[in-house]
Amino acid sequence: MIVRIMTEGQYELDGDQLESLKHADEELLVTVRNNDAEGFRSHLATALAVVRGGQPLHASVLKESELVLPAPDMTVHEARRLFDEHQIL
Amino acid sequence: MGIMGRMSTIFKAKVSKALDQAEDPRETLDYSYQRQLEQLQQVRRGVADVVTSKKRIELQSDKLNDQIKSWEQDAKDALAQNREDLAREALTRKQAAQQQLDGLHSQLADLEQEQTKLVELEKKLSLKVESFRTQKEVVKAKYSAAEAQVKIGEATGGLSEEMADVGMAMQRAQDKTESMQARASAIDELLSSGTLDDPISSGDHLKDELNKMKATSGVDDELAKLKAAVPAGGAAS
Repeated sequence: MIVRIMTEGQYELDGDQLESLKHADEELLVTVRNNDAEGFRSHLATALAVVRGGQPLHASVLKESELVLPAPDMTVHEARRLFDEHQIL
Repeated sequence: MGIMGRMSTIFKAKVSKALDQAEDPRETLDYSYQRQLEQLQQVRRGVADVVTSKKRIELQSDKLNDQIKSWEQDAKDALAQNREDLAREALTRKQAAQQQLDGLHSQLADLEQEQTKLVELEKKLSLKVESFRTQKEVVKAKYSAAEAQVKIGEATGGLSEEMADVGMAMQRAQDKTESMQARASAIDELLSSGTLDDPISSGDHLKDELNKMKATSGVDDELAKLKAAVPAGGAAS
């Protein structure tokens, strides 16, 4: 499965990697709902590490991603605003 | 669905608009490519705008720095004339403005990083547009309409996603430069009118109070230092 890290690039992840991503992803959602800045940072760091462990796609590859991870420097407030804008929290 | 699925939904909403295709995509390939080149141009202009805004804010912050220094000189002059009240006022303005300027400097450092990232993203986008150009020639030469639909659908989707990513990063940088410009203007206002009753809020009440307290004790310290250095009522140079 292809996963994008915003402002960074795309990675191809295998099943095991996706499995370990799941937990951090669910936790991230909780931190956004609770406006928990510290929790958001730490779970985002975990998720970023897992995704970066995948196979990076070459810049010339044109494929859509199935999952998108926030930019490494995105704050919980920015994430919250983004989801509120699109009403999908 | 977690955060990543939701993010992907946001991206797909942006991408789907770009995916309206003709029945035979081979006929519209050159047009799509033309549109992508235009979008790439827009991205380049956007990046250049961020660079220009950043430079402007840097110049403005240099000027503010000079103004802040001149308040220190004013304080010294006032002390030399035994006008401690005026010296205190000058130092108060200086401290308040200095705090804000420090904040602006750290924002500038953040923006510098974002700018570097934007330039990288723009390069990557150029590569992808070039890759699309190559793929479209292959598709035109070798594929049937049905095969082209699949092939080009994927490529267009991938490229649009990249555009959306750069677009969002750019929007973020533009929002930041705007708020920094507002901050620089507010410091300017602070220095020229001394309106300290309405300092620029950090958005956090406690933080504002702490900053105010720090500024006040900073004024006391600085005044004491100046007093020690400037002989009162004398012909200080």
